[in-house]
Amino acid sequence: MDSVANIILYFVVALVIVVCSVLTVTSRKILRAATYLLFVLIGTAIFYFQLGFQFLGAVQIAVYAGGIMVLFVFSILLTRRPDEAAPMLDSHRRALGITVASLGLVLLCLAIFFMPLINGLSLTECINSGMNIDMHTIGQAFIGTNRFQYLLPFEAISVLLLACIIGGVTVARKR
Amino acid sequence: MDLTMLWYLVPSVVMFAAGVYGFCTRKNMIALLISLELVLNAADLNFVVFNRFLFPGSMEGMVFTLFAIAIAAAETAIAIAIIINIYREVGNTDINSVKQMKF
Repeated sequence: MDSVANIILYFVVALVIVVCSVLTVTSRKILRAATYLLFVLIGTAIFYFQLGFQFLGAVQIAVYAGGIMVLFVFSILLTRRPDEAAPMLDSHRRALGITVASLGLVLLCLAIFFMPLINGLSLTECINSGMNIDMHTIGQAFIGTNRFQYLLPFEAISVLLLACIIGGVTVARKR
Repeated sequence: MDLTMLWYLVPSVVMFAAGVYGFCTRKNMIALLISLELVLNAADLNFVVFNRFLFPGSMEGMVFTLFAIAIAAAETAIAIAIIINIYREVGNTDINSVKQMKF
């Protein structure tokens, strides 16, 4: 049995995520779309906290809501006037979008409701029966080479980030 | 009333469908990138929910999501560098005005 506060928090955050993700793709002013995306990302971070992954929620806020959103706002302000609205959609493009999106929605709903893996455990049961994920465990998992330890992907990500820095400077520099 | 797995999958499905709709209808490249972030975020949320409810004794879904967030950050940075470069060459960020990759 989950506490009432958890359930109320779930409903508020789920409503924010649903409404803001629809507004993100329908808003005609792109700076507003970026702001709605920020609300979606923060709502996802609250879900991570609620599910018991504190470190992941902190990373989501720091990297997504902090870093990527700044990049988005920066590039939007560089490339267009902030009050400029996108032109109205033509009808066949909108029809294509609605068709593809509702097809995906129907397929995913079918998959969810007929998936044999789904269990009826409540959140509190899962958090109480699960392992305690503290920073010590995460650190051990990232610097080990045994089973369920991830030194090689960790190093590959650091090389990827270095390549990303060099690539970003190379692509965007003035010639 | 219990918060089960299904409850967390429903917002994720809506997020994914909204991202697909935006990817099909938007013309501005930055708006396309924003829709792509929605789809990626839905996938991340699914990883974490499956980890918590199906395999509560492990943390592989969380680790996978951490790597996905790092890769998404790198991808967004490079994509925005490319978009700014295109803006400098073409003058707008409309997806239809980019017909060839070589300037």
